[in-house]
Amino acid sequence: MTSYRFRWINRRPAGRGSLLALLPFVAIVVAYALGSHARLARNPEDKLMPAAATMAQSFATLAFERDARSGDYLFWEDSRASLVRMGAGLGIATGVGLVVGVAIGMLPYLRALLASLVAAFSMIPALAILPILFIVFGVGEVAKVVLIVVGVVPFIIRDLSQRVGELPEEQWIKAQTLGASSWQVALRMVLPQILPRLIDALRLSLGPAWLFLISAEAISATSGLGYRIFLVRRYLSMDVILPYVLWITLLAFAFDSGLKWLRRAAFPWAREEARR
Amino acid sequence: MSHLSVRRLWQSYGDKVVLERINLEIESRSFVSIAGASGCGKSTFLRLVLGQERPTRGTILLDGDPLPPEPGPDRGVVFQRYSVFPHLTVLGNVILGLEIERSPLLGRLFGAARRRAIDEARHYLEAVGLDGDRERYPDALSGGMQQRLSIAQTLIKKPRVLLLDEPFGALDPGTRASIHALVLRPWSEHPMTVLMVTHDLTEAFKLGTRVLVFDKTRHDEQEPERYGATVTYDLTLNRSPSTPPPPAELQAEQASTRSGPRCPPADAPRTLGGAHGEPAHPARRRPTDASTAVEPRAVRDQFVGAGPAPARRCAGHVRRRPRRAGAPRPTSTHGPRRPPWNRGRYGTNS
Repeated sequence: MTSYRFRWINRRPAGRGSLLALLPFVAIVVAYALGSHARLARNPEDKLMPAAATMAQSFATLAFERDARSGDYLFWEDSRASLVRMGAGLGIATGVGLVVGVAIGMLPYLRALLASLVAAFSMIPALAILPILFIVFGVGEVAKVVLIVVGVVPFIIRDLSQRVGELPEEQWIKAQTLGASSWQVALRMVLPQILPRLIDALRLSLGPAWLFLISAEAISATSGLGYRIFLVRRYLSMDVILPYVLWITLLAFAFDSGLKWLRRAAFPWAREEARR
Repeated sequence: MSHLSVRRLWQSYGDKVVLERINLEIESRSFVSIAGASGCGKSTFLRLVLGQERPTRGTILLDGDPLPPEPGPDRGVVFQRYSVFPHLTVLGNVILGLEIERSPLLGRLFGAARRRAIDEARHYLEAVGLDGDRERYPDALSGGMQQRLSIAQTLIKKPRVLLLDEPFGALDPGTRASIHALVLRPWSEHPMTVLMVTHDLTEAFKLGTRVLVFDKTRHDEQEPERYGATVTYDLTLNRSPSTPPPPAELQAEQASTRSGPRCPPADAPRTLGGAHGEPAHPARRRPTDASTAVEPRAVRDQFVGAGPAPARRCAGHVRRRPRRAGAPRPTSTHGPRRPPWNRGRYGTNS
């Protein structure tokens, strides 16, 4: 008896395929280890692909020993500085984006007034106006936070106003027949249904937000994850850069998973996009 | 009270005329079914009453006052789809109307006020048979349950006019039947007027106390959008034991209705149409006479059912009359017409 040959589009991994997902990660680690070993065998002073032990040691120095000059634990100080900027930037962007996005989506007059402006603003590459921000706000924290806000807010506003517009016409009418005022429609109908979309928009904004943060820190800062990476670049310190990149990736991943979890926990009624 | 007057209503979009010359007086507490072919403007009419659109010309009065030009709590609505809020539980959907009314600032009730609202809501949920599902989200309900929820959500506001826009269109026949009973009940408990748009004529007759059919009476071959639809058929059915009898003058008017069919006795069964299967659907037939969208006879057949009416001409009932014994064999000239394909062969010479 010949076994049935499924089409490739119908073949699925057994279980949930989590082992399969792990495979590429393992492959990269193994490839790096082999490459690093080969290079170090030829030249023990090689800085390009440091051994895991070297990275661990450099990382431990930054994380668990006080810096001689500032007296800080550099790694934690960098993380704190970056996270504060990120939190402030995303927090302000979320608040502004939600209020303006919902208002534009709900009120035809406001839409006529502002929609084109927002569309035009969202086309400005945020990094191009970074010099302006430094000139206007100085090289302190404000400019970095504003960069994140400016970079992320137009997207959130456009996305949310569009989502508000996508709420079915029937719902708008129904809410009015229940006697709701514009304010009550916003509060009881639009806002609750838009919050999960806000989380989606925020998740999509995380990538650009990190990009803006690290760029701003690279150019002008005295601490921060981006600052550190660009500082040690001068000494080809891959043993510091790689752990930092890993850490940033981990933070971004944690943000993303946290938001995803929040969406599920807080809005059980909202279905996520269908997955195969 | 909730008497609706429609005066010389026209609705057009640009050059396209959808409705024209609509004049209606709709008695309080009547259940008006509005039928007609797709695109005949029946949903447009409902949107006008709802306040979702403003008429191009004409007025709609509710108890003598012009309707507010936007939707409001005096007119409840049940749509075919998207009728409930997906982010609220069943209970949340029903108490929403009360919360909005009693808490202008937050649109939310707390404590004792909330408990009172919940008690009221549960009364309606029990009426529609959803009390056991009150913590579920609409997503987890079937289509019929969602429509029942929507009905409860609307009725808790006690609207003066209830508008149903093909509310059962997406439901399977069994579910439909159970909801029909539901729609008939609250309507006789609250003094409100119901307008229901449907494309199912059986449903229109089963539920309504008055049936309106919209269609175009004037056609322009060159410019099909030149003329709109109007009420071509208006039948008042005086048969609901739960409604007070209509005023005498209305009955008199009814007797002289141009459309002909007489009203059946008040105790006519409600399950008409469903009792003897689905008769041929008159609304689907293209009307040959532009003045009546639905042949009165076909409607009467459907309504009066399998009574002694000799006019039943459903294909399945046509039976050739047996020839009497001894009768002469019909010849080609006198007998029943031969089918065209063998007329020439024998018909000329024999």
